[in-house]
Formats: sequence, C-alpha cells, structure tokens
Amino acid sequence: MKHFAQLFRQVDETNKTNEKVAALIAYFEKASDEDKLWTIALFSHRRPKRTVNTTLLRTWASEISGIPAWLFEESYHIVGDLAETISLVLPLPTKQSVLSLNEWILSIMNLKDKEEHEKRSFIIEAWNSLETAERFLFNKLITGGFRIGISQKLMSRALARYLKKEENEIAHRLMGDWSPTTTTFSDLLLNEHISADISRPYPFYLAYALETEPATLGSTQNWAAEWKWDGIRSQCIKRDNEVFIWSRGEDLITNRFPELIEMAQRLPDGVAIDGEILAVKEGTLLGFQALQKRIGRKTVGKKLLQDNPVIIRAYDLMEYEGKDIRELSYLKRRGYLKKIVHQMDHFSLILSENVPFSSWAELTNLRKKSRDLGTEGFMLKQLDSPYLSGRKKGDWWKWKVDPYTIDGILIYAQRGHGRRSNLYSDFTFAVWDEDRLVPFTKAYSGLTDAEFKEITAWVKKNTVERFGPVSSVKPMHVFELAFEGIQKSTRHKSGVALRFPRIKRWRKDKPIQEANTLSDLKSLIR
Amino acid sequence: MERLLTFDGKGIYCPRADVHIDPWEKVPKALITHGHSDHARWGMGAYLCTHESVPILQHRLGKTNRIQGIAFGENLFINGVKFSFHPAGHVIGSAQIRVEYKDEIWVVSGDYKLANDGISKAFEPVKCHTFITESTFGLPVYKWQNQTAIFDKVNTWWRKNQAEGRVSVITAYSLGKAQRLINGLDPSIGKIYTHGAIENTNSILREHNHFIQDTQFATASYNFKDYQGNMVVCPPSAANSNWVKKFKDFRLGIASGWMQMRGARRRRAADIGFILSDHADWNGLNTAIEATGANEIYVTHGFSRIYSQYLREQGYDAKIVETAFEGERLDSTEEEKIDQTT
Repeated sequence: MKHFAQLFRQVDETNKTNEKVAALIAYFEKASDEDKLWTIALFSHRRPKRTVNTTLLRTWASEISGIPAWLFEESYHIVGDLAETISLVLPLPTKQSVLSLNEWILSIMNLKDKEEHEKRSFIIEAWNSLETAERFLFNKLITGGFRIGISQKLMSRALARYLKKEENEIAHRLMGDWSPTTTTFSDLLLNEHISADISRPYPFYLAYALETEPATLGSTQNWAAEWKWDGIRSQCIKRDNEVFIWSRGEDLITNRFPELIEMAQRLPDGVAIDGEILAVKEGTLLGFQALQKRIGRKTVGKKLLQDNPVIIRAYDLMEYEGKDIRELSYLKRRGYLKKIVHQMDHFSLILSENVPFSSWAELTNLRKKSRDLGTEGFMLKQLDSPYLSGRKKGDWWKWKVDPYTIDGILIYAQRGHGRRSNLYSDFTFAVWDEDRLVPFTKAYSGLTDAEFKEITAWVKKNTVERFGPVSSVKPMHVFELAFEGIQKSTRHKSGVALRFPRIKRWRKDKPIQEANTLSDLKSLIR
Repeated sequence: MERLLTFDGKGIYCPRADVHIDPWEKVPKALITHGHSDHARWGMGAYLCTHESVPILQHRLGKTNRIQGIAFGENLFINGVKFSFHPAGHVIGSAQIRVEYKDEIWVVSGDYKLANDGISKAFEPVKCHTFITESTFGLPVYKWQNQTAIFDKVNTWWRKNQAEGRVSVITAYSLGKAQRLINGLDPSIGKIYTHGAIENTNSILREHNHFIQDTQFATASYNFKDYQGNMVVCPPSAANSNWVKKFKDFRLGIASGWMQMRGARRRRAADIGFILSDHADWNGLNTAIEATGANEIYVTHGFSRIYSQYLREQGYDAKIVETAFEGERLDSTEEEKIDQTT
C-alpha cells in the first residue's frame, strides 16, 4: 500500500504528463503482477463492489475522532471528498501495515457477507494502521472514484513503454469487460489470445473541436462531412453470434436496448460498428431526454419501448468479417459499412450520410440548418484517414454550431469537489417570470480560477440562508450561460431542461433587471 | 452595563481607555498584536506594540515616532484599565493583549499557534474570563505535524531537485513563515536565495538580533547557473508573476496550512505542498481555549460559524464576531488581499 500511495502522490501532485508516465513506469517495475493489475483497474474506473456503505463509514469516523456528526458533515462539505475527510479527521495511527494493495483489496472484498460489527472492527483497525495518505486510498477503495488525471491514453503509453509494446495494442487490450478477479496481468496484456474476450470493444476515435475556419483544412476534395448527432456514442459488436453494445464510457449497455439486440442479431458475424444511438419515433427525432429515460432504466418496459424507441446511426466500421480494419481508409471502411447497412435494410440501422458539398462556403451555409435538423453541426473527416484510437488531431474534426445563450441571475451556490473543493463552484441560475425569479439551470464550469475565487469571497459575505451545503445568495450577479439544447420538461420548476449548460461569462456590466425572462428562454424551444 | 471591550466597526474597542486593538479604520490610538498588514494598518494616530514588533511596523508603515514599544508582561494603565502583552507564538513580536478592569479580564489573541517555532516567542496561555480567538483552521481536518518532520520533507525535496539540476522555489509569507522556513533549511545542501520582500524583512530582523540563517538577495545580477541546485524563498505573489520565470528549470513548493487539502494542492500550479502554518490547528485552538479558563469566547476570522457552534456544544458561551482580519488565506496573498470590509 505504501508503494501505491507513493505512486498516487507523485501522479496527483504533478500536471506534467511525462512525469505521470515516468512515475507509472517506475511503479510497474517494482510492483507485483497483482498490484499492477489492480492499479490499472482502479485508474480505469474498475473498482471492487462496495462492501461497506458510506453512512457507516461516516458514523464510525465521527465516533473515533470524537466529533459530532454535524461537524463531520460540515467538514465534508468543505473538503469536498468523503474519503479525504475521513482520512483527515481521524487521530494519527498507532501502528503500521505492510499489506500490499492486492491484500487490502481482497480483505475489503471479503467483508461482503460479514456482520456489521465485524466490518466495523476491520475498518477501525485498518484506519489505525495506515498513514493519512494511505488511509485516503483505503477509503477510496471502498467508496470508489479515483479521479486522478490518468487518462486511458496516458495509462496505455506508460504500459506500452514498460512492456515495450505498441500503444494501440495496449489501448485495445485495456478495453472491455475485464476485472482483476476475472483475469491476470499476463492474460490481459501479454498473452497472444487477445480475442479471448469476444465482447472487447475498440477504443473510440474522438475528435477535437475545429477552432479555425474550415478553409484552413485545404481542398474540400479530401474531406467528407457528416451531421453531428447528439445521442449516445456507441459501439455495436457482433461476434460468435453474440451481440454487445458499448457506450463511449466503456459501459456494456446491451440490455438497455432490446430493439437493437434484435436488429444486431441479423448483422453478419465479426463486425464492430461505431454509431450514435438516437431516440427516433416514426421518423421523428426525439430529444435527448427521451434517450435519457432509456439509459436510466435497467429493465425496459413495454411502454417505454413504444414511446421512446431507438436506432443506431452508423458512422464507421472497425471490424469486418472478423478482421480489424481500422488501418484501412475512411472511404474503404465506409464502403463496407454501406454494404452492411444496405443488405440489412433494417429501420433500426441507418447510415450517417455524407453531406454533399463542393465548397467550404456551401458547407458553412448548410451548417446553419443544424439546429432545425436536431444536430449539433458537422463532423469533418479526411477521406484517407485510418480509424485512430483516443482523441487525436488532424484527420477528424468536430465543427459545432454556436451554443444558445441566455443571461441568468445567480441565486444559489454550493462548494465544489476535487480540484475545486473549498471554492463555490456549483451554481444555480434564475430568470425572471414577471417579478419572480425562477431557477432554470445549474452550471459548474466556465469561470477562470480567479473568477471562482472572487465569487467565492462574494458568496461568503452574501449568504442569505443555508440549506446543508447550499447557500442562497442575494440576487446581484448576472452570468451569460451557454447550452447546446433546450427541451420542455415536467420535472423542472421552470418547465425547461437544458443540455450541457455552462457559464460563458460573468456579465458584470449587467444589472439584474436586464437578465432574460422565462418567455425568452421558452422561445428557444423548437 | 457597558462591556470592557466592544466591536465598533473599526476594530476591537475599549471605551473606558478609548483605545482600539488591531483597528482596520483610522483611529487615534491603536494597540497592535502583530505586524501582518491586516492587523497593523496604515493611518492610526499612535501605535503600541511589543518592542520586537516596532522595527517591523516601522518598516511596513514608514519611520515614524508614532510607534511605541512595550515589553512582554509589562503593565500599562490607561484610565484605570490594565493592559499587558503576552507571547502568541504566531510570528516574531506577536502578542496576545490582556485587558483588565475591576473584576473583568479579556484576552485578545490576535493570530496564534501553540507549537514553538524557534523564532517567535512561544505561546503562553493567559487566564481570562473572555477570550477572543481566531479560527483560520477551526475545522477538525486541520492537524499539523511537528515542524521538524516538515523541514525534513522540504530538505529531501531540495536534495532531489538538486540531483536533477533544478532550482527549488518555495513560497512563504515574507514575515514569519519565510524566516521559520529558512531556519529549517539544511544549509549544507546549498545556498538560500530570497526575494526582495523577504530579504528586507530578514535584514531588519537581523539588525535586531534575531538569528536567521544566511541568505542571499536574488538580484538581477545572478543567472540560472547561480541558482541551479539552490533554494529560493519568495512570497506567494511572486510565484504567480514573471519574476519566478528567471529560475527557468525550477520546482515550485508552497508552505501553507491550506496544503492539507488535496483540492487546494491541486488547484495551485505547484509541484508540492508543505503543510506548515503559523496558525493553531484544530487541537491547538481547543487546547488554547481550554487553558484560558474563559467561559465567554468570541470567534473571529476563519471558520467562525462552524467553530463557534462546536464551542457552544462544549458548554462555552461562544459568539461570532465579524472582523476584517484575514488570517492565512487560501486564495490571496499578503500583498493582494481583498478588503473584506466593503
């Protein structure tokens, strides 16, 4: 555990990629295979099932520290992380532990069927034998969520250097439905039988936003344009007559979409399609909310299936006839994809068409229709580009339309988490409905660190009332908020739900009387 | 009945003696706990502080005969009210001010810490009925290690940077933290350079017989080769300015109690945080308050709402006072404080 704690500290306290990679490599060189495997798993959001609930952890931590429960909660709101709060309030340990990461995890997993008092004595004993930094990690093993700034790309790079293998191969091997309890370090990364896991998806190719004029991309001859859809980016795989659907976040979501399973069973064997899941009913695109209902439910009822049916709009093909074809050009891959879609002739599998254009000016004009079509703009793809893994520049670009904007008034503030703990960073905004203020959205990002500090100092002095971690503040500040979409909603007080709201800028020049109204907001709904 | 001390919007006020303690608005007579700029402000008619604080105030407020010194433990009577200054252990010269009249005793602690840092006169508990305490770190998540352990970490980090051919840069407040840190550095590793704000404070303190290890003013005449492998101590504001860029290949450390929290560490673009504070931690505050024997506690700057609630549950008559004192701040520096009175 000490070794793992050292790695965590090194990686956590630097924002230099090279140093993170170097720290990982140094760790891999010393760690046991079991520890290595768990480290990779934890940093890619694969953690053991929770065996102790957080309410118990909170209670025990307050007890041992001799502080009242409310004070523990106040501390938690300020620290912004439960595992860290516990690690800090506890008295210093009186013992030391030599257990490895793997041993700790196995003991935590072992708690599953234990009685509460057995769990309690194990946890308290553990807290008393770990230093603050180790304790924090121990708590994280239980509560989950190692947000530490190690992307899949970074992990693949470190492993590739350590194992002297190709980064792409490592990235691919790390994908899919594995856990340290079902595989070993060598099976996952070294052994030849990479296809042993038939569900394994390919890493998605992610594009950067185009920040310049498209004319800078050169001749239109080399480029294809597709509409950019706002659904769930997914990978639909059929191998050995089995269907697997993966989300971009590497969650296996097959069972959420029975109609897609039905369709995919008719696919030829050995294919992997990159596409967007969209809710479409009788040819009409339903909003993202309709899709959200489908993601939210583990079991899908008949009514939901009828009201919110989904389709896949296919962008690309990574595997064909059982072969990885990512090295082929976009044109060739799309050729195979078109063939499949055409042969299938199924209403749940639609091709993401290439939008014909002969000049960038023409495409710029077409882009103005994005909102009417329910899209977010264009994806631009170089015709001879291979299917790369991860976020890469050059071959693919997203060229989105400008977001909607509205001026809202800050009415509630809450402290943030992680990097922004101790600062007010979660805000609720309101618009005018005659002379009342109606909250319509929350937003977390978009201010600079300096602005966060400034607003934090202001909130501290202008809090009217507190509701747990939330402070209501005097309506005084206007912010311009940007968002990608807006829909009617019965769940929200304002009657609208926004897609990807964020703060565009702080309108210090605007008095609150000049903020937008609820009817301004509703007029944006299409 | 009028209280011995009140809060009149300009600072802590003693009506009977007609003096203020650490006022933030201009008043004729000011008693000053210590030399930090949120406690010793410009523009008072007359200042009274410990002899050790006099040169610090003169340096910060300009040479003037309006600054008068008093010894620790010496009694001063103003209209029958007895005043005396007692060590607060916060920075060199820092004091708690004891105020007595008839049967009533108050202590204004200013900023304080219980641990002996070796350069400030160590904190002494003073019995009283009413105690005015800071609460900068008044949350149970703040617990300090002893400074030897922290200095070991700093020196280890310095050696590692030196081995990699880099400059080590640490930020620390120019009065107090900087000198404490400098005296904790191992001079056998290399040279210690300082930013002008710190070097000026150092030379004033040295003139008044305070021991501070040898340091060298980081003037423009030096270049990277001179700094390579060595240590530079600068105030927090310098780390965000162009000044720090001249060290080219350097590692940046921050010495502050706020570094206890991971979020605060990560938010700063620093390479490492050293948890070193001149304020009392959670246990320190509780110990200090208990030692005064006071029943009535006024809680100022910091986590005053939370900490006063905790004290009430412990049986104290605890209240919040709004003041303009800032303590050690997470997100600003000595040089760029936000005026909280506005």
